[in-house]
Amino acid sequence: MAYNSIEEIINKCNDNKISFYEAIMQDTCIATGKKEEENLERMRNMWQVMCEASQEYDSELKSRSKMVGGTGKLMDIYMKSGNSYCGEFILTVIAEALKMGESNACMKRIVAAPTAGSCGVMPSVYIAVKKKHGFSDEEIVKSMFVAAGVGEVIAARAYIAGATGGCQAEIGTAAAMTAAGMVALKNGTPEQIGHAVAMTLKGMLGLVCDPVAGLVEVPCVKRNVIGAANAVVCAEMALAGIESVIPVDQVIDAMREVGDNMPTMYKETACGGCANTPKACEIASMLEM
Amino acid sequence: MNVFDILGPVMVGPSSSHTAGAVRIGYVTRVMLAEEPVEAQIILHGSFAATGKGHGTDTALVAGLLGMKPSDINIPQSFEIAKERGFDVTFQKSVIKDAHPNTAIITVKGCEGRTIKIQASSIGGGRIMVNRIDDIEVNFTGENNTLIVHNIDVPGNISRITSLLAKNNINIATMQLYRHEKGGFAVMILETDQDVTKEIIEESQCLTGIIKVTYLQAVEI
Repeated sequence: MAYNSIEEIINKCNDNKISFYEAIMQDTCIATGKKEEENLERMRNMWQVMCEASQEYDSELKSRSKMVGGTGKLMDIYMKSGNSYCGEFILTVIAEALKMGESNACMKRIVAAPTAGSCGVMPSVYIAVKKKHGFSDEEIVKSMFVAAGVGEVIAARAYIAGATGGCQAEIGTAAAMTAAGMVALKNGTPEQIGHAVAMTLKGMLGLVCDPVAGLVEVPCVKRNVIGAANAVVCAEMALAGIESVIPVDQVIDAMREVGDNMPTMYKETACGGCANTPKACEIASMLEM
Repeated sequence: MNVFDILGPVMVGPSSSHTAGAVRIGYVTRVMLAEEPVEAQIILHGSFAATGKGHGTDTALVAGLLGMKPSDINIPQSFEIAKERGFDVTFQKSVIKDAHPNTAIITVKGCEGRTIKIQASSIGGGRIMVNRIDDIEVNFTGENNTLIVHNIDVPGNISRITSLLAKNNINIATMQLYRHEKGGFAVMILETDQDVTKEIIEESQCLTGIIKVTYLQAVEI
């Protein structure tokens, strides 16, 4: 792992007149010891699994706890009604994030991005981008390297799992990665990618990991939707030329500081937040029986 | 670290530690048993015991014991498949002293009568750590080729094994030694850069002082 900051990647892009994708790919080739084409092939496979997971969504499935299932279909029906506030792009993002989160909870095959609990954020946006804006699979796969490269820096400077840094680290990172990928797809500058990541993470600072009954279901599935929507609006702001006042690497460090000081009860232990509500306690005790 | 530590693994949900890691623990145990399993007792500890059912940890461990990998779509059906194959599994919850929150102990018997007892923990992102083999403390991940040699704690056994590997041009990446007591039962764990062939394993089993040799070919996450 050659990059310890987003700034370092941006400088490399500008100094060598290369794209963010090229900067990440060069490092990936060194880290994996494999050629660009082999790395691309591995990423294509992940994108394919994401698409298959969406296509094979089964609205009849319920998770083992019965808390999760069927909401992706409700969103599809609502979208077709034509009676919504938002346009089809964002409605597709919502539906796809729900479907992926539900599929994960129902033991279907997904891609951890960066974790299983946050697996709906990135594919929901990419599926909508492909469907509504006609980007090719190859463009999407390349931008996934940009997203993952950002994730690497966040993992190195802070964390990417709810158990270590709270949900800000898990859905927050998934959203930041996705925003980076979206800016890259539209040929945004490396600086714009950095601003998108900074704005996305800032919006999720402090978010706790509070799974009801300790399961990756409530509020996790719907938080995937919130993360995806956050990624979309922050990517749009960055592409519009709006900048983050706080530099991106300082935002990542702030996320770490918040995570370090976050009590354990908010780190996937199911002891606080949503998991500690009367309803959640009722559900948890029913599941134990 | 590289980008594929961030994106991936491709896995059956819902949890990389409680599901994917559990499949891997079962899978690694099966490989070390080196026989078709017919009977297993599984003890679940900590978070595996508390939230394992909702995460499918039980199903995942059995799937791994049946030879499935974390991306296998048949994982949810592992109990039915085990039944069809005549593989009998029982579960119990217990507190394991000083263990990681996501830990299981699997005692498994194979169709040829070989048994092995493995304690392993799921340490996040689908990665695992094998903590004990037949009650002897060890530490390895299964991400590298791993040779596990049960032997008697007397002089010469280590050099006999390492000479055999050297003769076959196999480089040892890491090596750990553990023993029950002085002069008693001992285990060496050797991680190798090259694959150890069946012939070498058979030859090693005939060496003086060697009780049992188990080989685990590197399993990619």
